Amino acid sequence: MENQAAIKRLAEENGADNLVVVLGATDIEGAEITAETVTLGDPSFAGPLGGVSLRLPVYHILEPEVKEAIPVDVYQEQAGFMEMVADTEAIGKKFKEIRDKA
Amino acid sequence: MFKGKKAIILGERDGVPGPAIAACLEAAGAKIIFAVTECFV
Repeated sequence: MENQAAIKRLAEENGADNLVVVLGATDIEGAEITAETVTLGDPSFAGPLGGVSLRLPVYHILEPEVKEAIPVDVYQEQAGFMEMVADTEAIGKKFKEIRDKA
Repeated sequence: MFKGKKAIILGERDGVPGPAIAACLEAAGAKIIFAVTECFV
């Protein structure tokens, strides 16, 4: 909830056009809810983003598309360990769908 | 893709933590304006 308030404030202060949100959760259902919250609004209507569609572009650090944008050595050192245990193709597909909805 | 963008990072203890994502995004040219490592919802 505190994070929702902070994100709402940052979007208001910086404008949504220049912002991106990047997630790291490997629980895909949880990551989907988070992604939906920062794009379409809090689906539970419990937090500050309930009914607030920020439409921020949201990515997951393990998406193949994101990996391509990051220098290989840095990516391997910081995120490569999770890449081996997560279904990165499925994550990429899911997050692309979410961005298309936003 | 991230060059010149302001990034909000929501990392997770059991996944990829915030500082690791921040290092990746900074290397890709983004400015980190918020980063946490926890459960968001």
